[in-house]
Amino acid sequence: MSIHKTTVATTNTSNPLSLFSRFHVQSVSGLIGGALIIFWLVMAVIGPMVAPYGANDFVSYDVFGPMSKDYLMGTDYLGRDIFSRVLNGTPYTIGVALAATVAACTAGVVSGLVAAASAGWVDAVISRAQDALISIPSKMFALIMVASFGSSVPLLIIMAAIAYMPGSFRIARALAVNVMTLDYVQVARLRGESMAYIIFKEVLPNMFRPVLTDFGLRFVFIVLLLSSMSFLGLGVQPPDADWGSLVRENISGLGAGAPAVIAPAVAIASLTIGVNLLIDSIGNKSAHH
Amino acid sequence: MNQTISRLIINRIGLGLLTLLIVSLVIFMITNLLPGDAAQELLGQSATPETLAALRSQLGLDLPIYTRYIQWLGGLLVGDAGYSMVNGMSIMELIWSRLPNTLSLAAFATLVSVPVALSIGIFSAMYRGSWFDRYSNMLAVFAVSVPEFLIATIAVLIFAVKLGWLSALSHIESANTFGEMLKVYAMPVLTLCSVLVAQMARMTRAAVIDQLSSPYVEMALLKGASPIRIVLLHVLPNALGPIANAIALSLSYLLGGVIIVESIFNYPGIATLMLNAVSTRDMPLVQGCAMLFCFGYLILVLMADICEIVSNPRLRK
Amino acid sequence: MTELVKVSGLRVAVRSGGADIPIVHGADFSLKKGEVLALIGESGSGKTTIALSLMGYARNGCHIVDGSVQIDDVDVLSLSPAQLAKVRGRTISYIAQSAAAAFNPSKTIMDQVIESAMIHKTCSRKEAQAKAIGLFRELALPFPEKIGERYPHQVSGGQLQRLMAAMALITDPALVILDEPTTALDVTTQIEVLRAFKKVVRERNTTAVYVSHDLAVVAQMADRIVVLRNGQIQENNLTKKILETPQHDYTKSLLSAMKPETRQDTIEQKKMDLDTDTPLLEVRHLEVCFGDKKVLQDIDLKIRRGATVGVIGESGSGKTTLARTIVGLVQPSLGNIYLDGLPLEASASDRSREQLRRVQYVFQNADTALNPLHTVEEILARPLRFYHGMKGKKQHDRVIELLDLVHLPATIAKRRPTELSGGQKQRINLARALAAEPDIILCDEVTSALDTVVGAAILELMADLRKKLNVSYLFISHDISMVQAICDEVVVLYSGFKVEQGAGESFQRPPFHPYTQLLIDSVPEMQQGWLESTTANHELLPSIGAPKPNVELCPFLDRCSAREEGKCNRIIPSRIKLKKGNQILCHHAFVEHKGQTHDQTRVQVDAMAASV
Repeated sequence: MSIHKTTVATTNTSNPLSLFSRFHVQSVSGLIGGALIIFWLVMAVIGPMVAPYGANDFVSYDVFGPMSKDYLMGTDYLGRDIFSRVLNGTPYTIGVALAATVAACTAGVVSGLVAAASAGWVDAVISRAQDALISIPSKMFALIMVASFGSSVPLLIIMAAIAYMPGSFRIARALAVNVMTLDYVQVARLRGESMAYIIFKEVLPNMFRPVLTDFGLRFVFIVLLLSSMSFLGLGVQPPDADWGSLVRENISGLGAGAPAVIAPAVAIASLTIGVNLLIDSIGNKSAHH
Repeated sequence: MNQTISRLIINRIGLGLLTLLIVSLVIFMITNLLPGDAAQELLGQSATPETLAALRSQLGLDLPIYTRYIQWLGGLLVGDAGYSMVNGMSIMELIWSRLPNTLSLAAFATLVSVPVALSIGIFSAMYRGSWFDRYSNMLAVFAVSVPEFLIATIAVLIFAVKLGWLSALSHIESANTFGEMLKVYAMPVLTLCSVLVAQMARMTRAAVIDQLSSPYVEMALLKGASPIRIVLLHVLPNALGPIANAIALSLSYLLGGVIIVESIFNYPGIATLMLNAVSTRDMPLVQGCAMLFCFGYLILVLMADICEIVSNPRLRK
Repeated sequence: MTELVKVSGLRVAVRSGGADIPIVHGADFSLKKGEVLALIGESGSGKTTIALSLMGYARNGCHIVDGSVQIDDVDVLSLSPAQLAKVRGRTISYIAQSAAAAFNPSKTIMDQVIESAMIHKTCSRKEAQAKAIGLFRELALPFPEKIGERYPHQVSGGQLQRLMAAMALITDPALVILDEPTTALDVTTQIEVLRAFKKVVRERNTTAVYVSHDLAVVAQMADRIVVLRNGQIQENNLTKKILETPQHDYTKSLLSAMKPETRQDTIEQKKMDLDTDTPLLEVRHLEVCFGDKKVLQDIDLKIRRGATVGVIGESGSGKTTLARTIVGLVQPSLGNIYLDGLPLEASASDRSREQLRRVQYVFQNADTALNPLHTVEEILARPLRFYHGMKGKKQHDRVIELLDLVHLPATIAKRRPTELSGGQKQRINLARALAAEPDIILCDEVTSALDTVVGAAILELMADLRKKLNVSYLFISHDISMVQAICDEVVVLYSGFKVEQGAGESFQRPPFHPYTQLLIDSVPEMQQGWLESTTANHELLPSIGAPKPNVELCPFLDRCSAREEGKCNRIIPSRIKLKKGNQILCHHAFVEHKGQTHDQTRVQVDAMAASV
């Protein structure tokens, strides 16, 4: 079994963690992006625990209160602490989007690999179905789904995953078809290797980088889609609230420039900009080589 | 136009129609998956089984689902999308009454964004790494990263609340002069354009940079061609396909963006019609609007494909 | 004679990670008016970089650090971008290596040929077009009046290369730079292009810099040769002197890589068992179609155990398809392949692991044949485990052994392909095939992507391995001199047909099939004046009547200098056996052919690897 050990040990550089270390994100914007992402990921886990107040506690008589020592981001239209509500919204905004992104990319990459590996009519059928799905604009698809099934967290995850799977499929299939024509895959075929070996050892590792970038972009799209749905009142339903819902419910404070409407909006922007900055710096880096 | 080109174009149109068919199937399936039906919805809890059955057969809901699908599809083909569950009006009429508004909004946004985006994209590709490129890229990242409702609210905050120049809501009925039109459309178009321009400019830049690194550009440079000449005469003809694609993809984003924008500015277009349909669960209207949007998307993609085929010199004879 | 070009102290560097890495370290040379100077060297020698610097241009990531380039008393390197644009295409023009890429695909050829004239306003559009047509005619292009209306993808590579010469000459520049202009072409096309170039250069008394890696080509074109290595000038002398009395060691090694030792072993013994044993690998009546097009027809081939068989042909001849069909990557429409007398399944996926192990394929391009994410050890260990079940220390030891076999140090095992040189990668590629312990290795152009010296070393290694391991080879190549020198048997393919087959040494003297003759005559020889004396593509083809329709005639009919009215354009040729043993697909049982007088000088150039 030692061959397995050696192969595992030496292929380490192609796994996600060491991949990051290989990029050596040097640019400042990349560092900022990375820091923002890490901060929000941590908050998605511990946010509700470190929040100073309960998400639905009425802590102040002052509605749309300003930022203060007690209420870091002011208070909302009912006098609840916005800081606590933003922290409590983190798992909804990030968790739901992350789950949907993982589902979308997994389904997309798997169907892309199957299509690329099988070719012929299987490929044609999968590609046609995915092409049909991609021609339903994602917000339109979201509206149809919510109209048909009502809004709930599981539905939002499934909906976003289906809406963004075809894009991931396209990229994965194109990458896989590309790699499959390369000589080293032909070498493995001629050696008599199984399709599983070819896909997992030869093809997939060489698709990793672009698929990871695509994952980040798709995450941004999904965060924006889900926030927009919540903003329209069709996303996460009360009493739960994600950042989009917070903007919606406090929109009447906009005229007064209340932090209650600014803070959740800034939270969304900081997350999506963070991911985009990191992706951009990685893209520049790899383009350099 | 030679045979290869026309064959390819006919092929694309055929594929587009096939896709549209699959899309209609998907939309119909989703909107009919849930147990409970429109008759139940219309009559509420108090309905007797008899009245329910009567309404069902009146609406054709007692027929098997594939029959209903074929009836619905057949109706769409002859321009009959059925009737609204809420007010019983013809869906086609409802859509026709709103479509011009949405189309004019989209047209304004396109007219503004395409030239701006192409100039920014081409310019930043030509002067890659310059301060203009860096700052426009940073702005673009910002614009595609923030949700459009945020841009819209910031615009409202500045132009309507603080400066008081524009009204926060769009009353297009009252817009008679050009100046009034400008006022009505300014904020919706501005919001749509910010994302549109960012996306299109980024994709254009990438397409142009791709061509700029090709050997024929080096050759043109070594013939003494100026940068302007290289871009206009050598790069653009070859980047036409990718740029057409970038425009089509970005404009298809418009189809989604318009939903938010119409809702925020309370703009009487198709998107608000559909949003109302979603909240009242008026399924026939949801289906009708969804098909319209998908049709729009497919037309855009088809046009980009045709552009790419026609501009491909290798297909010329 | 005045000096037109004077380069002094030219230094070019590439910027990498904030630091400058010099790639040209102070080049000095000069050029007289009407002189053709060659810059010769291997990849990475800086030859193209120096040539481009003459136009004040450095490719992406590179920049000119220092030095001066005086052309007609103007220092090109001190010009502003706007002034440079005035010089480029007017005073100095450029002919790129790959015309197919250097032509803009969406503009007509005429537009691009006269573009410099339009930019620099040397004449009116009408005049420029007339001048271009004149140049097309001078360059022996077909339909000179009409060819300009076409798009680049509608003409052949050889024609594009000549069209690019017209493009460079349209403004009558003082200096023309030719950057490996024939490297991407087949030899029989190369000779046409070289002739056309030489004619216009001489007639116009053009001053030119000719960049190449091929000394034999340069010997035809240049008056003076500058030998480069790693960005430094090794030797600068008249062509005659360089060829006859090279001073520098590196020049000597370049020359000797092109003139390998003559083979010394005797092949009589091998010949004896030609027909007795069951061949190791046999191909019978093979036919392969891509769509409606037949890319291979009626191919028979036998490879004995321990023998080396060469397959030679130009691009489009079907040579790579033949190898890919044998290994099962391409399925034949007719015919069978036998291993030790037993038929092989058409598709590799239907063959047994043992069958796959015994027939190994080495891809042309080691860059794409090795997975960039795997280490050398993983690459070599996989076949060991897959075919031989080797594990642990035994496996590791065998990897080191294999590395040693291909003359690579054990330390390389931990590295990845991206960290290796081209030659090292090709050795790993070979070692992976050897790890299977195959009976036969199919080598597809294994040296064509490598520098001459590196490629020669690989061939030597392969010959060495053959002696040690008694493995058979099938060599696919476009280089007839290499193939005939190292192979026991040679097969010549032309557009899918086997036009000639015979023992390697019988290719050293005529008669040949007319196509083989053309191939042999087209390989440049390392002596000045060869281009003028060789008969290849030079004579007028005998005129014949229209070929009989609906008959599959000789594939070489259009280009054959021995075609005959009433025979070649009427009847299907049959395979005939020549007295010396070669089998040809032709109507003529050749007595003698005109090309033979050149053969005496050929032999020493061609022969290769004594031990094969």
